[in-house]
Amino acid sequence: MIVSPDIEARRRWMGLLARAGHDAIEAQLTAAPPLPPHARLRGPETGLVMLRGRAGGDGAAFNLSEMTVTRCAVSLADGAVGHAYVAGRDQRQAELAAVLDAALQDPARRPALMAAVIEPLAAAEAEARAAQSRKAAATRVQFFTMATMR
Amino acid sequence: MITPAFADPVRDSQHCFRAVLEAMSRPGRVQRLPQGLVPPPGLDAATAAVLLTLSDAETPLWHDAGDAADAWLRFHCGSPSATLADAAFVLATTAMPALAGMNAGSDEEPESGTTLILQVASLEGGAGWRLSGPGIERHHHLSVGGLPANFIGDWQAQRGLFPRGVDVLLCAGHDLAALPRTTMIEEG
Repeated sequence: MIVSPDIEARRRWMGLLARAGHDAIEAQLTAAPPLPPHARLRGPETGLVMLRGRAGGDGAAFNLSEMTVTRCAVSLADGAVGHAYVAGRDQRQAELAAVLDAALQDPARRPALMAAVIEPLAAAEAEARAAQSRKAAATRVQFFTMATMR
Repeated sequence: MITPAFADPVRDSQHCFRAVLEAMSRPGRVQRLPQGLVPPPGLDAATAAVLLTLSDAETPLWHDAGDAADAWLRFHCGSPSATLADAAFVLATTAMPALAGMNAGSDEEPESGTTLILQVASLEGGAGWRLSGPGIERHHHLSVGGLPANFIGDWQAQRGLFPRGVDVLLCAGHDLAALPRTTMIEEG
């Protein structure tokens, strides 16, 4: 019996899997319980997605540019369907992310996979973001001087 | 549970498109689609292949094929569901809705008329109806098994609408035949 997980929680793990490369996911999977066998429903296939923007708050929508996206959908033996849409053309990542999405929907598998895969990916992402902000902060220019000279 | 669609989406849908084109330009000639596609419950392989090939997010679809087929079509084709009068494609698997209730296009844009995909029990060339019209040098014979009783009456009635009208794709098992709106059907 598949209980659909909290949408917010699923959004979080799908986002983390979409932002991590396949090597990062595979590195976490070595310590995780083995993934269940899956069948491919669609893809992994690479295509273009039109990004639409809006000029101003109430402007008309316009086509900003196209973006390369790889998507994959898989199903597990118990009927759970996992989806993944990732930026770029990393098909291995899209398939792994889709399988993990399907497996994470199963409450019996979720705690172990969350601890072994998702939380380390979240930690790595937070770490990378913090390092980036530290780097940016080190080169910040304070404009006090110019303000007082005037 | 959703099953996969075409194993090789590009090649398989091009094969199927070619078959549809061939069927439309030679009305009543039965085309055989390659095996391999596993259709969802309620659809024949040819019906599923035609929908995978022709319908997408820009073609509203009306169908009566049941929930399993609906989930499959939503996932693989992504067609929005529509009322009979708005649909670009109408898929009839059990009882056929009246042709008069479908969009026949306008005199300025007759090509915007609905295409009816009619799933029947069997298609056999060489006997049955006598077909004539554009794309047929003299006449073809086509025998259709399991055709809804109201089909012939509706077909004759829509001749008066020309150039507006509904085109029909007949699907049975792996077979496919087409009746564009220009085709004349004589029973016999």
